[in-house]
Amino acid sequence: MNYKAFDSCDLDFIRSAVSDPARVLFGDALAEEYSHDELGGASSRPDVVVQIVSAREASAVMAYANTQHIPVTPRGAGTGLVGASVAMAHGIMLDTTLMNHILEIDEDNLTVTVEPGVLLMELAAAVEAQGLFYPPDPGEKSATIGGNISTNAGGMRAVKYGVTRDYVHTLEVVLPNGKIVEFGGKVAKSSSGYALKDLMVGSEGTLGLITRATLRLLPLPRKTISLLVPFPTMAQAIRTVPVIVRSRAVPTAIEFMNRNVIEDAENYLGKKFPDKQSDAYLLLKFDGETTEEIEAEYESVAQICLEQGALDVLISDTEERDETIWKARGAFLEAIKGSTTYMDEADMVVPRKSVGEMVEYLHSLSEAVGIRIKSFGHAGDGNLHAYILKDDLTEEQWETRMHQAMDLIYEKARALGGHVSGEHGIGWAKKPYLKDSVPEENLELMRGIKHAFDPNWILNPGKIF
Amino acid sequence: MHIVVCIKQVPASNKVDVDPVTGVLKRSGTESKMNPYDLYALETALRIREQAGGEITAVTMGPDQARTVLREAFAMGADHGVLLSDRRFAGADVLATSRALSQAIRRLGGFDLILTGKQTTDGDTAQVGPEISEWLNIPCAANVRGIEQLREGDITVRMELPDAVEISRIAFPCLLSVDKDIFMPRLPSYLRKKASADREITVWSLDDMSDTDPEHYGLSGSPTQVQRIFPPEPHGDRELWTGDAPALTQRLFDRLSDMKFI
Repeated sequence: MNYKAFDSCDLDFIRSAVSDPARVLFGDALAEEYSHDELGGASSRPDVVVQIVSAREASAVMAYANTQHIPVTPRGAGTGLVGASVAMAHGIMLDTTLMNHILEIDEDNLTVTVEPGVLLMELAAAVEAQGLFYPPDPGEKSATIGGNISTNAGGMRAVKYGVTRDYVHTLEVVLPNGKIVEFGGKVAKSSSGYALKDLMVGSEGTLGLITRATLRLLPLPRKTISLLVPFPTMAQAIRTVPVIVRSRAVPTAIEFMNRNVIEDAENYLGKKFPDKQSDAYLLLKFDGETTEEIEAEYESVAQICLEQGALDVLISDTEERDETIWKARGAFLEAIKGSTTYMDEADMVVPRKSVGEMVEYLHSLSEAVGIRIKSFGHAGDGNLHAYILKDDLTEEQWETRMHQAMDLIYEKARALGGHVSGEHGIGWAKKPYLKDSVPEENLELMRGIKHAFDPNWILNPGKIF
Repeated sequence: MHIVVCIKQVPASNKVDVDPVTGVLKRSGTESKMNPYDLYALETALRIREQAGGEITAVTMGPDQARTVLREAFAMGADHGVLLSDRRFAGADVLATSRALSQAIRRLGGFDLILTGKQTTDGDTAQVGPEISEWLNIPCAANVRGIEQLREGDITVRMELPDAVEISRIAFPCLLSVDKDIFMPRLPSYLRKKASADREITVWSLDDMSDTDPEHYGLSGSPTQVQRIFPPEPHGDRELWTGDAPALTQRLFDRLSDMKFI
């Protein structure tokens, strides 16, 4: 695709299109952070960053870029891991972080309407203050809701509550031609044509720019209890997960973790973890209205764990205890990052019954390829995070071994019936793996959808396929 | 070694609002938990027992539902539990509370070490521990943040005081009031919880104390009278600094250092 090079006339137009030119970042004012995301694998500097404050501004810039054939890259907090919010073709970046207002909490319909730059932690705090609950719970709480919708973020409560897609009611979207449209609605059901709203969810900023979202809420569970379950081996821990799933118990989360990742988190946070007796742990969370109700629910799960060889079942039933565990869990990514010189990640999702096989494969791979691999993840929904660490490898060794490991990981995931990404997206970094794992017919349909939304391919070019 | 740990049941939520007109504490919800500071005391006891052997008795004062925190102490590893429960104990300030607890500990007898949390999250006075040691006429160390050495007849502890770190060797029997983070408290164990489900809890009333004068306990034994409870005035003081990044960073660093945040 040929794009027009960004020039001073374009800059003049953009400055005239926004109410405050100080929100147009150019030259030295354009911080280096805008050139990459959290992982740094994809790196490219946009020509200009526009900190938009309204759909109208986004529309004006987008319509102009469309007629001029200038690439436009939407960006939230830049916490992504696959380069989806990096301007690989340069051009204009639309930064949504100033659109960070919570517009309405509708207690009659149990919805919240937000601008896309609201951070996940701000959203959670605002709705929880009203006794309401937004269930999707990715580890990265400083991500924007716009970014979460764009990757269909999953997180740690997916076992019971599903993923971001399940909570998106309505989206206001600026199309590449500048038109402002609304998809979905505050309705609980709909059989009214193609679900355009659902196409937007997980589209990684390639179809339109989300400028407002209405999200479904639930009543806030009054109480949660977590169980931290040490097992003699990771194989035993993981083998227990399908037994729990089969038992019809519905924890909100089933996570697995091993001691070396826990120790990374201890070092990173400077806080001790409350248990160290084992190498392998499952972490389960239950929610409900009262302690008694939750105790009755976890009783059978505790018994299953012990029957499967668990050393004990440890109970976290207060805010302080939860914090010692879940804060560590939430910090795993940053902690692993801090334990090495550089890293890359794979975020495959496999059918739940194959989680054990995938985890064991990751273990064996580390030795086979000669590279350190750490993994943890959502054992309950089959979404695993594998981190490949550079440590002291030379650039050349790293490139070779990392790619070899990645190829093998995705090949194994595919053989098990899995997908390339469970929640982080494809973006720039995972394109070759998507291409290898999805039939050409499917990719052709995706391209057709892209073309219908964005015939000039100006929006976030070079992403997904 | 016989270790006594004093624990208290407190509201589960730290968010306690004060009615600005009546001064009454508005506690949200009825959930309760073990005072978080007491978890450190109990953990310290468990670590000492791991090293020196012996038994741990958890003691609490409160209504019948305070049994829950003794059960929790069992699930963490305590061996015995004593509940002081009597309407005549109600409304106790720090003096009356420490008197009742010391009476119970005296009755238990044969202890080497008493551990308390530094303070509670609902009273925040940090006085009950040291006062117990006064009643029992034994030495006491407060703000204990580390155990340096444990020997047959004494213990060496590190106390972190506002201006100094003090390391002291104290002969048994003694009382230690421990600060948070001395050790990371372990989580209650489901296996221990099941194994101790039928364990008996000793319940004592005022009549079981050697000093049975009701004037020494509860509200009537409390010289402290609460005049008024009020929320502190919030203040919206703020400063706006402008300038270049390195200078502002230095200024922020200096200010935070002055304020002892870093």
